Amino acid sequence: MSVRDTDWDGVRLHVVTGKGGTGKTTVAAALALALASNGKPVLLMEVEGRQGIAQLFDVPPLPYEERRVAVAPADDDRPGGDVFALAVDPQSALIEYLEMFYNLRQAGRALTKLGVVDFATTIAPGLADVLLTGKAAEAARRKTGGGPVYGAVVMDAPPTGRISRFLNVSSEISGLAKVGPIRNHADTVQKVIRSGQTAVHFVTLLEEMPVQETLDGIAELKDVGTGGIQLGGIMVNMVRRGWNELGDADDARGHAQALEVALKAAGLGEDARLAADLAAELADEARTEKTQSARRRTLDTAGQPCYELPLISDGIDLAALYRLAKALREQGAA
Amino acid sequence: MTAKKALLSIDKLIDDRRTRIIVCCGSGGVGKTTIAAAIGLRAAERGRHVVVLTVDPARRLAQSMGLTVLDNTPRPVPGVGASNAAEQAADGSRADPPGSMHAMMLDMKRTFDEIVEAHADPDRAAQILANPFYQSLSSSFAGTQEYMAMEKLGQLRRADEWDLIVVDTPPSRSALDFLDAPQRLSRFLDGRLLRLLVAPAKLSGRTGLRVLNAGFGMVTGVVTKIIGSQVLRDVQTFVSAMDTMFGGFRERAEYTYRLLRTPGTAFLVIAAPEHDALREASYFVERLERDGMPLAGLVLNRIHRSPAARLSAARSLAAVEALQGLPDGESSALAVTALRLHAERMRQAATERRLAERFTAAHPLVPVARIPAQPEDVHDLDGLRLIGTAFSD
Repeated sequence: MSVRDTDWDGVRLHVVTGKGGTGKTTVAAALALALASNGKPVLLMEVEGRQGIAQLFDVPPLPYEERRVAVAPADDDRPGGDVFALAVDPQSALIEYLEMFYNLRQAGRALTKLGVVDFATTIAPGLADVLLTGKAAEAARRKTGGGPVYGAVVMDAPPTGRISRFLNVSSEISGLAKVGPIRNHADTVQKVIRSGQTAVHFVTLLEEMPVQETLDGIAELKDVGTGGIQLGGIMVNMVRRGWNELGDADDARGHAQALEVALKAAGLGEDARLAADLAAELADEARTEKTQSARRRTLDTAGQPCYELPLISDGIDLAALYRLAKALREQGAA
Repeated sequence: MTAKKALLSIDKLIDDRRTRIIVCCGSGGVGKTTIAAAIGLRAAERGRHVVVLTVDPARRLAQSMGLTVLDNTPRPVPGVGASNAAEQAADGSRADPPGSMHAMMLDMKRTFDEIVEAHADPDRAAQILANPFYQSLSSSFAGTQEYMAMEKLGQLRRADEWDLIVVDTPPSRSALDFLDAPQRLSRFLDGRLLRLLVAPAKLSGRTGLRVLNAGFGMVTGVVTKIIGSQVLRDVQTFVSAMDTMFGGFRERAEYTYRLLRTPGTAFLVIAAPEHDALREASYFVERLERDGMPLAGLVLNRIHRSPAARLSAARSLAAVEALQGLPDGESSALAVTALRLHAERMRQAATERRLAERFTAAHPLVPVARIPAQPEDVHDLDGLRLIGTAFSD
């Protein structure tokens, strides 16, 4: 059995964020599959009540319960591990918490009916975050007799704009509860998040706004201070085939003539209009390519490893997720 | 033989003076804000007095409109309509009466503060603004942004200084959130539970409520355990200070909701020709129809069209093979690249068409506008104008 070196050895909690529309859930799922290829089970969790994982794996809406949704592809001679999924919502997490720490199971139910749980998570916005990150930290550290239950936990986290506040639970809560059980809970969670066991990955597209938000998000996380939160990779999603050979093809008029000759040789007849239109198309692509490579260079300035995931235009199914997982493994992300 | 496709003309929509509000909605990353700005500019240059209300803190968008800042106050966009009317009048080249364009970005905390300041006496307002619970509610409660966007929209409409308001919706986790969030917030602020929970003193004065009160004692106990007594005290202070304003919150949310349902409002659902974005667009269209909201149509943004569409992908690839079969030197590397690229573009266009047709099959009556993808980012008004040229279809 070969032991692979990956860029994130030692990380047990992978937090995946990104601007809306960049395919955060898809990339989180692909990363979970890629990590499970190491043979150990992986937990993929979502925290925003969207049931995005269920849609992605084409299974019924997930309850508050860890369920197997896929098996990772085998790696060499080793069978792939299972991917479990969990949809966490603050209400269920709070009830579980009350149960664990206060034995308040029945009361928890009654409180839900009264809307108190909803109320508590609403009036204290940081509370919901602590409960959600707390659940992730708990799963990442959970052990049975033989060792950790999960090889890794992947969290489909809130978007880039909210990520640093979401992860910075301790200081968020400090404004609310200065002492007491929630405070202690938050401190425990914070220790996991601000350790080498956690890394935050950013999903982006080679488009202006997502690139900008990624850089802003990274800068914001760097600012979080004491203890620090480990930055992960930048996952560039939906990358179209590059046309590096285009060079300076944006000289449309210059190329039209050369094209006209070649088109005739290719049996497409003498068609100056077609040559001009194809040259215009080339020029357009060359401009797009230039813009995109400029954005790639911008991303490089963040100093984090970048991974590229190919565009899959027909909608994402399990086969597509396998493809993306493979791309991540080949590039050393998992 | 296919049924005639319903086309959406954005120009017709903005030229119709009865259109007073255009709401651009859709999932994140589909270009809502840019489309909203392009619509605003186009409408202003066709004689409307427009204000664009955006919730997206995109610096580049501000820059592209020649503004150094976008804030909670509508700022005139230089180089549009009335602001350069003098020039135009001087050379007499313009027949249309000049319009104007203002732009602003929603500051949800500022907007909330203003409501408080407007509806409470100065002492009480200061007390509310300093309350830690108010501060967390006004800056981070999920739903506040949506609520305040609707509040701002209502304010702009009441001010009646503009004859067209273009608004893009907050980048919610789901495109549907902004319809529900205002009611969620007003329900919460207005809620019986909130009042009962924070005012047990009022209750205990009355007889017959003792049992209930004991139950609430337990509830308050648990809540205190969870969030700490300080928070609960802050909430209590906040609620008693805000007491007179609560009814207003529901009233205002309902006013804006009704405003959205009037025929003067047009909803545009923006989507990219991608699987997920179109699925969200479908949900959104269904929701708008169910709520009786005036849906104008779907805007398919960033579609790829080939200028050489008459050459199919198959023929293009056959030509590549033919070129490669020629003796060396005669085949042109440039032509091979151009033909391969063309084949890929044609395939991409076909995929986008198929995805769009799936949407149309499910919603045959929803008109569709198509906006081509731009190879470069929008940096200035000309970039926005270029997008606007597609509105004439």
